[in-house]
Amino acid sequence: MSKIKCQCGHENPYGTELCEKCGRPLSEKAKKSDIVDMRYEGSSRRSQTYKSSIIDKIWNFFSSVKIGVSIIAAVLIASAIGTIFPQKFYVPATTPEGYLEYYERLYGTVGKLYYELGFYDMYNSWWFKVLVGMLATSIIIASIDRVVPLYKSLKKQRTRRHPSFMKRQRIFGEGDVRNTKESLAKAEEKLQAMRYNVKRENGAILAEKNRFSRWGPYVNHVGLIIFISGVLLRGIPGFYVDEAMWLREGETRNIVGAPGYVLENKKFTLENYTKEEAAEVFGEALEKNGMIAKSYTTDVTLYKQDEGALPGSESLKKVKDYAINVNKPLKFDGYNVFQMDYKLDELKNMTFHLVNKSSEESLGEFTVNLSDPAKVYDLGNGSTVNMLGFYPDYDGIKDGEPYSKSPVPNNPAFIFQMNTPDKPEGEKSFVAIRQTLEVEENDYAIKFAAAETRNISGLTIRKDKTLYILLLGGLVFMIGVIQGMYWQHRRVWIQEDTEGHLLIAAHTNKNWFSLRKELDTLRETADLPAYIDRQDPELDKPEQEGDEEIWT
Amino acid sequence: MDLVTISSNLLFVSFVAYLVATLFFGGAIKKSKSEKAYHNSKWGTIGLVITIIGFLSHLGYFFTRWAASGHAPLSNMFEFTTAFGMMLVGAFIMLYIIYRTPSLGLFALPVAIIIISYATMFPTEVTPLIPALQSKWLFIHVITTVIGESILAISAIAGLVFLVKNIDMTKKSKSRFWIEAVMYTLVLVLGFVVSSTTFNVMNYEAEFTYIDKDEAPAEITYHIPPLFGMNEYEAMTPEKMTPWVELPPIINAQKLSSLVWSIAVGSVLYVLLRLIARKPLAAVFQPLAKKANSQLMDEIGYRAVLIGFPVFTLGALIFAMIWAHEAWSRFWGWDPKEVWALITWLFYAAFLHLRLSKGWEGKKSAWLAVIGFVIIMFNLIAVNLIIAGLHSYA
Repeated sequence: MSKIKCQCGHENPYGTELCEKCGRPLSEKAKKSDIVDMRYEGSSRRSQTYKSSIIDKIWNFFSSVKIGVSIIAAVLIASAIGTIFPQKFYVPATTPEGYLEYYERLYGTVGKLYYELGFYDMYNSWWFKVLVGMLATSIIIASIDRVVPLYKSLKKQRTRRHPSFMKRQRIFGEGDVRNTKESLAKAEEKLQAMRYNVKRENGAILAEKNRFSRWGPYVNHVGLIIFISGVLLRGIPGFYVDEAMWLREGETRNIVGAPGYVLENKKFTLENYTKEEAAEVFGEALEKNGMIAKSYTTDVTLYKQDEGALPGSESLKKVKDYAINVNKPLKFDGYNVFQMDYKLDELKNMTFHLVNKSSEESLGEFTVNLSDPAKVYDLGNGSTVNMLGFYPDYDGIKDGEPYSKSPVPNNPAFIFQMNTPDKPEGEKSFVAIRQTLEVEENDYAIKFAAAETRNISGLTIRKDKTLYILLLGGLVFMIGVIQGMYWQHRRVWIQEDTEGHLLIAAHTNKNWFSLRKELDTLRETADLPAYIDRQDPELDKPEQEGDEEIWT
Repeated sequence: MDLVTISSNLLFVSFVAYLVATLFFGGAIKKSKSEKAYHNSKWGTIGLVITIIGFLSHLGYFFTRWAASGHAPLSNMFEFTTAFGMMLVGAFIMLYIIYRTPSLGLFALPVAIIIISYATMFPTEVTPLIPALQSKWLFIHVITTVIGESILAISAIAGLVFLVKNIDMTKKSKSRFWIEAVMYTLVLVLGFVVSSTTFNVMNYEAEFTYIDKDEAPAEITYHIPPLFGMNEYEAMTPEKMTPWVELPPIINAQKLSSLVWSIAVGSVLYVLLRLIARKPLAAVFQPLAKKANSQLMDEIGYRAVLIGFPVFTLGALIFAMIWAHEAWSRFWGWDPKEVWALITWLFYAAFLHLRLSKGWEGKKSAWLAVIGFVIIMFNLIAVNLIIAGLHSYA
């Protein structure tokens, strides 16, 4: 495409609205307008210039702010819909039927529809991911489309601008002053004192400050892209571990997801606030709410398997003791182990007596370790008890057999065979909590004596190598928004035209009031023509002349 | 006097100070003939001084309560909402010092007063921290979020001044309808305060047993007359009012009753105010907004978003993620409160892009600022009270 040559002699890229050097309007649109559009300095943007090929069309689609905002709105609405009912991961179900049943039971037809439209797993749906992907694409393309030409034209700007550029600025003034040279000199000095970078060339001043703030939006977009890439990286194996394990008191087990590391649960403690320690301040709250938990703590010891040791061998090296608390995870080698859940008082051992039913005499006792029950218990006096069946989570009889619904000893039941000197062939008995069944009338019975319980800690194991990438993304984003939002790019042009009039114009990318305040201070020092703000019809004109103060 | 009592007295002092300061800002506007005088009005300066005294007393409430409980008072609805009111005043002071515009104070302080009144309707006793909240991040995350949200809220106040000033209240229009809807909503909040306080003073209590959504038996106490009954309720205090209807288990009939009471009382209040004023409430306030410079209000609204957006991002997203990773083992879990923080963030991101590139200034920008405030309040009120999640602390 051909270049556009400006009257000042500068060659501008095709599509330029305002000459990069002198600011003369080049396009018909710019020539006709009263106030020039200063966004991106009237530079040539790819998306506004090339519109024919398919690549141009894709580029233009994603570089459009209208499209960008529409994508933001779509993500926003989808996110909001996802909060109407609980999402999949908060629902106590595992199968599709289970989910459907849950949503239908609680929320009726709307709930069923919510499930069927896939809204119950909104944030993992393919189209939500596509939306986020489109957002990322839009961020990248829209930024490149703008930042490159903006950089070029801010770099090339000349001190003296064409009067047609000056006259089309939002803040503009022209007039005669007593001594032009003196005005310019004083203005230069004052602008420097106001921390402007001032350039001066025969009778023209360009004062500029905080140009770096113009790069803020692009810096924060880079931060967002870093963040989104961090999230994408979690899909790669090794970057991200997320496992959960239940560890009983006294147990020592390999840490799920962290090969080579072994964890021992020494004790789990649940502590509540007591009235004594907190009555003075918290008394009323404890009265009202009942128990309030103070801490969940798992005391653990972390071991590392020796290098080269065979898996399962006992060569463990102690790494450290630690008390895992909520908000205080155990940290090692990039892993974090969190206190997430607990179960109190799971049955550990049960002790029984073998008794003679008629004499109620005990023939001895035995203890069943519920996590590792023995086959035979020898009571030492010629009597033995054989365990024929063990049902840790007994849930009634199914197909003529006792049935256990899980391997967790929530409701243990046993079939014992009692071999005694009187009945060497043995008697069978089915024993469950508060229940004994016998096939025939027995002479002996197993009587429950005692039980020992223990607590279980629910731990979550995480390793997330992407965290630092995410943190970097957040940091860059923050730098970008602060840079772009807490500073303003301001420019003031003052020049003498060919007839000896003085022209003044100013531009800022935001906060025009503050810019006007600066100009007012400048006019107090240097004799400069009065200006107008063409977008503020309510502007108090007398304010510039310094009307008398009206105190009430 | 123990610290907790001192603390609540200080809160009361600041409440009164804000009321008095509002009157002074009103005086500043009434007495000024011109824009210039309005900027430098003595009344405005006195109003600012009283506001600052109120704010310091409010800070006093905050730190004495902190000293009493041993943790930053940001752990439940009362504490959070009070802090929100406090920071709203703080943000106003900051912007008043930059722009010196009394009309902003005349609208910002009443909103802060309504917010503080709303806060005191929640249980105000000092509660010990549950394990998940025991972290230095409680203070860092919540206070940053509160500051961010209150600066953003100032943009809505500036938007409100802009709209009240510029909407033609003599002709029927969509804008007129919606600005009056905003006024009505504010009166509804007062309705909530009035109805809760009345029944509270009467010591009203009605107890019920019911079956919750997990089909387990539960108990509930109403502090307002039960218009609606919980699922399969049975009255334990039969002498009290019998609910009109029984509701399905997913709806909290107690909260719904309270909502309906607020709307009823608020509507009566609104009708009374209309009868007294004989014109829309927005028209009543219009003369007070007339002296504000529209361009200035627009700039304050925009500037508040520019200042508040980074703070909000830092507090409600970045610090939130860091803490969520410490406490819940994941930095993001699509908890409703998290999602609504993201929605707020996306909304203001859209606001900024529309303003920068589409030139949405003036009325459009003012309306967007008001909607942003609605989203923030939705996240504060509805998400805590209606949508259950990890953040439901009240």
